Amino acid sequence: MSRRAYIATRKGLFTLERNGDTWGIASAAFLGSPVTAIAQDKHSGRLYAGLKHEHFGAKLHRSDDGGKVWSEVGTPTYPERPEDVPAVMCPVRNIEIPWSLHMIWALTPDTTIDGGLWCGTIPGGLFHSKDHGETWELVRSLWNLPNRSKWFGGGYDYPGIHSVLVDPNDGQHVTVGISCGGVWTSTDTGQTWESRCKGMRAEYVPPEIADSPDIQDPHILVACHARHDHFWVQHHNGIFRSTNGGEQWSEITEAGPSTFGFVAAVHPGDPDTAWFVPAVKDEERVPVDGKFVVTRTRDGGRTFDVLTEGLPHQHAYDIVYRHALAVDGSGNTLLMGSTTGSVWSTANQGDTWDLVSSNLPPVNAVFLASDNES
Amino acid sequence: MPRVAFTQNLQRHLACDVSMVGGSTIAEALDEVFRDNQTLRGYILDDSGGVRKHIAVYINNEMITDRRHLSDPVCETDEVYVMQALSGG
Repeated sequence: MSRRAYIATRKGLFTLERNGDTWGIASAAFLGSPVTAIAQDKHSGRLYAGLKHEHFGAKLHRSDDGGKVWSEVGTPTYPERPEDVPAVMCPVRNIEIPWSLHMIWALTPDTTIDGGLWCGTIPGGLFHSKDHGETWELVRSLWNLPNRSKWFGGGYDYPGIHSVLVDPNDGQHVTVGISCGGVWTSTDTGQTWESRCKGMRAEYVPPEIADSPDIQDPHILVACHARHDHFWVQHHNGIFRSTNGGEQWSEITEAGPSTFGFVAAVHPGDPDTAWFVPAVKDEERVPVDGKFVVTRTRDGGRTFDVLTEGLPHQHAYDIVYRHALAVDGSGNTLLMGSTTGSVWSTANQGDTWDLVSSNLPPVNAVFLASDNES
Repeated sequence: MPRVAFTQNLQRHLACDVSMVGGSTIAEALDEVFRDNQTLRGYILDDSGGVRKHIAVYINNEMITDRRHLSDPVCETDEVYVMQALSGG
């Protein structure tokens, strides 16, 4: 059961502490600066926060004391594009995809080495650090894929890696989710990559290429901790599930008021239990009928509960972004933050929700710390 | 020697005092500042070495014209101002 949590928002990082089943805001860091990613190395307890200063660019900070003191560490930096390497143009916007960091979008510890850390970025590069974020190297095997010329941005101008999953039983097995570039997996710590999109479909391209793996838009990719070959994706075109590590995906076509959304969470011990936050697709992007709900399946997507208790029933226009719903190690506690700055918690898998705050800046990500954090 | 000053808003994030530097272009002048403050470089320039989109660099009262290579000339009496451009949010 987590006792501390972090809320990454458009204007700072907020630390929450738990007293019984009640969460309260304990402190703020980076006030005024957008925080775009948050992660923790469970072994060392170190915390990492990705910032995106509007004027001064993306930066990475680390805390070795549970978020009391933060220090800037190395910024993942793209190398200069070699003259003999042609520029990649966005196939939709016809703009050059720059070799330049725009945003840190995913941070995930690499469990194969002490101090290992993966970083997914916009415009689509994956970086790796071996020294707790002090220095970084672009994973060229993924960046150099010819398929990258087909990737494009969804809500952002450039494609981006928002999900980096590391198999808890095999740290060399890394899987990334890209908007819009599909799902890619590596079994050799990022030396080689294979696409994992069979069964996905995209309605935002002509029907003839709807199943092309390189243009899929998984909004978020999550895996069950205990059964890491069980994946869930909240895709731009609905909810998809795989029970074989992404080899084959099945679409879930009915899930309460809508299958559109940005976020997904899966129970750490039960791959059949997962949560989603539905919205009207695609231009409106608000809760259906202004009623904010969470959907939950406990049978692998065959049926869904629509969870409403404690959530606003009318004129609610909260959207939950892709990193803003988290479940802790017990599988009972969830925390959720919205674009209108509301945060809710549950201690019973979503049967009832409690409002933690309705006055925070727009929430980018929530993170439930492990209890052994320093 | 050109004098280089940075927006006060940067002081929230890292130290960047006024510097008296050498150099005959804005690139050379800033390079000298960054030599003693490597972290500052990434706040002003992007990965490819151009001026960040929301940063404005002035020589006296004129904004530089070469934001990509920073080739605008500077002379001993010039004042260089590194400002943040206006952007909303």
